[in-house]
Amino acid sequence: MARFQRQYVPRVNNAPRKHPHGAARSAAAVVLAAAVLVVSACAGEFPQSTLHPTADFGERIDALYRTIFWWAVGVFVVVEAALLFVILRYRERPGSAEPRHVHGSTLLEIAWTLAPAVVLVFIAVPTIRTIFQTDGTAPEGALEVEVIGHQWWWEFRYPEYGITTANEMHVPQGRPVALSMTSADVIHSFWVPKMGGKRDVLPRRTTRLAFTPDSVGDFSGQCAEFCGASHANMRLRVMVDGEGDFAAWVTRQQSLPVVSESLTGLARQGAELFANPAKLCFGCHIVEGISPGVLGPNLTHVGGRTTIASGILPNTTEGLTRWIRDPIGEKPGSLMPQVPLTEDEIAALVAYLQSLD
Amino acid sequence: MATSLAHDASTVRDSLMARIWSWVTTTDHKRIGILYGVTAFLLFLLGGLEALIIRLQLASSGNTLVSAETYNELFTMHGTTMVFMAVMPLSAAFFNFVVPLQIGARDVAFPRLNAFSYWVFLLGSLFMNASFLIGAAPNAGWFGYANLTATQYSPGVNIDFWVLGLQILGIASIAAGINFIATIVNMRAPGLRMMRLPVFTWMTLVTQFIVVTAFPVITVALVFLMFDRFFGTNFYSVAAGGDVLLWQHLFWLFGHPEVYILILPAMGIISEVIPTFSRKPLFGYAVVVYSGLLIGILGWGVWAHHMFQVGLGPVADSVFAATTMLIAIPTGVKIFNWIATMWGGKIRFTTSMLFAVGFIAMFIIGGLSGVMHSSPPADLQQTDTYFVVAHFHYVLFGGAMLGIFAGIYYWWPKVTGRLLSEPIGKVHFWLTIVGSNLAFFPMHFIGLLGMPRRIYTYDPALGLDDMNLVATVGAFIMGLGALVFLVNVWYSRKRGAPAGDNPWGGATLEWAIPSPPPVYNFTALPEVRSRVPLWAKDGMTPLPESPSEDIHVPGGSFWPVLAAVGIVLMAIGALIKVLPVVLGGGVVLIVSVYAWAFEPFEV
Amino acid sequence: MSHAAAHYTSTGLDSRKIAFWTFIGSECLLFGALISTYLVYQGRSLSGPTTHEILNIPLTSVSTFVLLMSSLAMVLALAAVTRGDTLWSRVWILSTAGLGLVFLSFQVYEFTTFVHEGLTLQVNLFGSTFFVLTGTHGAHVAVGVLWLLTLFVMSLRGKLGPEKALTVEIAGLYWHFVDVVWIVIFTVVYLLQ
Repeated sequence: MARFQRQYVPRVNNAPRKHPHGAARSAAAVVLAAAVLVVSACAGEFPQSTLHPTADFGERIDALYRTIFWWAVGVFVVVEAALLFVILRYRERPGSAEPRHVHGSTLLEIAWTLAPAVVLVFIAVPTIRTIFQTDGTAPEGALEVEVIGHQWWWEFRYPEYGITTANEMHVPQGRPVALSMTSADVIHSFWVPKMGGKRDVLPRRTTRLAFTPDSVGDFSGQCAEFCGASHANMRLRVMVDGEGDFAAWVTRQQSLPVVSESLTGLARQGAELFANPAKLCFGCHIVEGISPGVLGPNLTHVGGRTTIASGILPNTTEGLTRWIRDPIGEKPGSLMPQVPLTEDEIAALVAYLQSLD
Repeated sequence: MATSLAHDASTVRDSLMARIWSWVTTTDHKRIGILYGVTAFLLFLLGGLEALIIRLQLASSGNTLVSAETYNELFTMHGTTMVFMAVMPLSAAFFNFVVPLQIGARDVAFPRLNAFSYWVFLLGSLFMNASFLIGAAPNAGWFGYANLTATQYSPGVNIDFWVLGLQILGIASIAAGINFIATIVNMRAPGLRMMRLPVFTWMTLVTQFIVVTAFPVITVALVFLMFDRFFGTNFYSVAAGGDVLLWQHLFWLFGHPEVYILILPAMGIISEVIPTFSRKPLFGYAVVVYSGLLIGILGWGVWAHHMFQVGLGPVADSVFAATTMLIAIPTGVKIFNWIATMWGGKIRFTTSMLFAVGFIAMFIIGGLSGVMHSSPPADLQQTDTYFVVAHFHYVLFGGAMLGIFAGIYYWWPKVTGRLLSEPIGKVHFWLTIVGSNLAFFPMHFIGLLGMPRRIYTYDPALGLDDMNLVATVGAFIMGLGALVFLVNVWYSRKRGAPAGDNPWGGATLEWAIPSPPPVYNFTALPEVRSRVPLWAKDGMTPLPESPSEDIHVPGGSFWPVLAAVGIVLMAIGALIKVLPVVLGGGVVLIVSVYAWAFEPFEV
Repeated sequence: MSHAAAHYTSTGLDSRKIAFWTFIGSECLLFGALISTYLVYQGRSLSGPTTHEILNIPLTSVSTFVLLMSSLAMVLALAAVTRGDTLWSRVWILSTAGLGLVFLSFQVYEFTTFVHEGLTLQVNLFGSTFFVLTGTHGAHVAVGVLWLLTLFVMSLRGKLGPEKALTVEIAGLYWHFVDVVWIVIFTVVYLLQ
């Protein structure tokens, strides 16, 4: 049904750009591919790595995982070594004697029932401790963010500040964040690996997650529960800001939206198109004070985001143009229809959206 | 011998049509086993083809080989096919062919019910896969979570195919389960006490108990979904106050026992293969049997470990973590007993034995990664990522499928009378083991480094292109291995060496009779006096060269086939929403059941 | 020898009996899942009529009694068949089927009344769970009635002598099982609202 084209997928997080443009591209790719393999343990290479968390939630899980991992390695080595020894030592050779028919040994059976049991105790105790440490209850004074999953984008609300935004969640460094999450349609799952584990986002239920980010940065994540055609395109980011930056972001978000009358030129034309019911934008998207739409992401300050369409396109003129031109081609199954618009009209709308910062 | 074969042989001699007819109406457990095996292997190849397309799509980030919609159909059908239409019926092929022989029986307890199971399975599989022909294959995952499957979010017939098809397949499984429980409990040769049963037969019994108890639960879940979609009920309707977690609880209440339905038969197979090729009886027989039983029972108490990420609360998480870890103990015990069986043995590395050892080596990895996500906090990072995909492919491919291949190489000569080629078999084994590790091992890292499952495209910035490419190459090596196996089958049919009664020096009853076995299996019912009747001195009464008198062999019956047709007609009617077709199917079913019940058919 | 061999069983029981007990075990999980769902959704309907507004306990008590009596008739039918009493085996088999039909009529009446009073499959969670649970049970009763009528016709044709006692016993097992399930449903749905 949907025509699907190669997508421009934006760079996420602080990973170095891996594909320079031009003729050097293929040569560089080879070198970089080799480099990636060599330094694959390096933290910066994998923006969604679970092994290099930057929040307390993820760090607790990581510590537990490392404990379990080393136990597993120990068991792996012992058992595979025993297996290897047996198949090498007891393989049939010319003249090997007929084996004795041993039927079992109670002592051995007891031993190898107890051995895994003991190992499991060493795994179970820290497991249960960590379960209770990471059960989603947030400390006093946490920043509350309401998360609403939609097919296929994320809505974030900050009741404390009266802010509603989409797909990019700004949080301050060092302050606990408490998410209370629900879904507007099907089951999704909120997952930003560097913050910690995932939690499903269910319709008619509220689920919780809590974490305290400890480093400033831009951390990518994506929906982890299959939610339909564009599950793969339901990405999100958590932007951990320093205290001042976060305050500035809040102020910006709380500020009054750009008033159409103050715009000029292309952006002014775009504002008029946006408000034109025949162009449909109006019905779905909120721009505070201008349109009441409820289905799509709030666009009041869309210009200030780094990506659009739930993290699959960069928030640039090119990205916005591609998105408006063919939303379903960019994001299969997207509820945003392909509105019949001329290229000039698209350009005007893009200019308007970019003015909403 | 000639007299007893007269009925069957005369039909076989006739025309091709008559031969086909004799297969369609057969009630011989051996023929039904062969039908199961061939059908399920073809479906296994289809599921493998789906996997290869999936791997091609993921070979690089942002690939556009298939659309999002097609990709979602592919991974849904790959899972559904492998679980319900490949691994389960491949195990059923062994239950059918091997179990009656291992217990010294002439057939299963209900030969026509057995034929019915097969035909329902075949027609159900065709029904499900017909969805591809009209471009509307199921697309909500093999786990079909509510409420994505609701008409509102999945308006097409894709989910209708799935919900109806799985119910059909469930009927086949439950019918077979009842049949094999009755067979194993009641049709054992004199002297073959339960604790003398071959471990494969034991694991079959445990598996069938799980089947008859777990399948009703998913049937109920599917009936609810069907009513929601066809009649507008509210079972999974959020708007009416329904809870989407109801589906998850019912599905996993079935789904986790299902895991053991897939793996226990393979564990049974290698418990036959390892002693034979080590020339030693199974170490700790009773413990292996009891641990299998324990796994079957504990399997009912762990379902919510598939739901840690929904937030059941710390107490429930702790309880289910504990029960899940507990299940690792009987599993570990089995592994130790297999190793101890080989210890001090005289191990012959036939292809079958290689696959059995491959099972152990890979199952250890799958078991250990399973312990990792039995821990709920760790699971919150791992679930729904490729780490879990790696885990269950290590247990279901590295475990169940390698076990099944071990069984194929082991019993092939019994089934066909000819050996498979050992050199070709070894090529098959090494391609499979190298390919599967190359495909599945990197997936651990791909998952831990942040790639979720069920995504048709991923961001190049994730840095996972290279590892995904390696996994794709591995998958194709596995595919090559499967082709080599087909060559081996062809070779065996053309030039395979005659097998003789007992090519491997096996200890159990099936090796006491000719290969392939005569239609009546045993010239006389043996009396068994040992767990290893062919190894023990005076382990069983010797079988006469030929039957002392005429052995009654039941003829075929067409009614089970027609009953299966009736069921599938009803499903087709429901799918196209034409009531007369549903009613027509119902009439066919009822008529066939009556004809079946009243046709003269002595067991 | 072969004739004896064909009828040799490990437990001494007929395989049909073992199979049927296994089937009943399987059915327990079917009804178990249905009843659990009913309980989980109890009191969670957002609109429409629910339990105490609509259930008619005296009426259903009567139909429950009818079904209980049918079990008694079934016991007598099996006894009659076993001792080769053709007349009374026909009487009791037909009575069992008849009482089953009466139960089904009560259920049809109940369902029709409920629909008139606004309780449908679609209206709320109670409607969905109630109709699917009791409807599944009703379908089981209907199959049982068909089975009993078949036995009755067999008896008329003189094909239900004492050698067929096991056939009747298995039909009886089914019938008693369906009866017991109803006791559970009646308790859960009607008495413990």
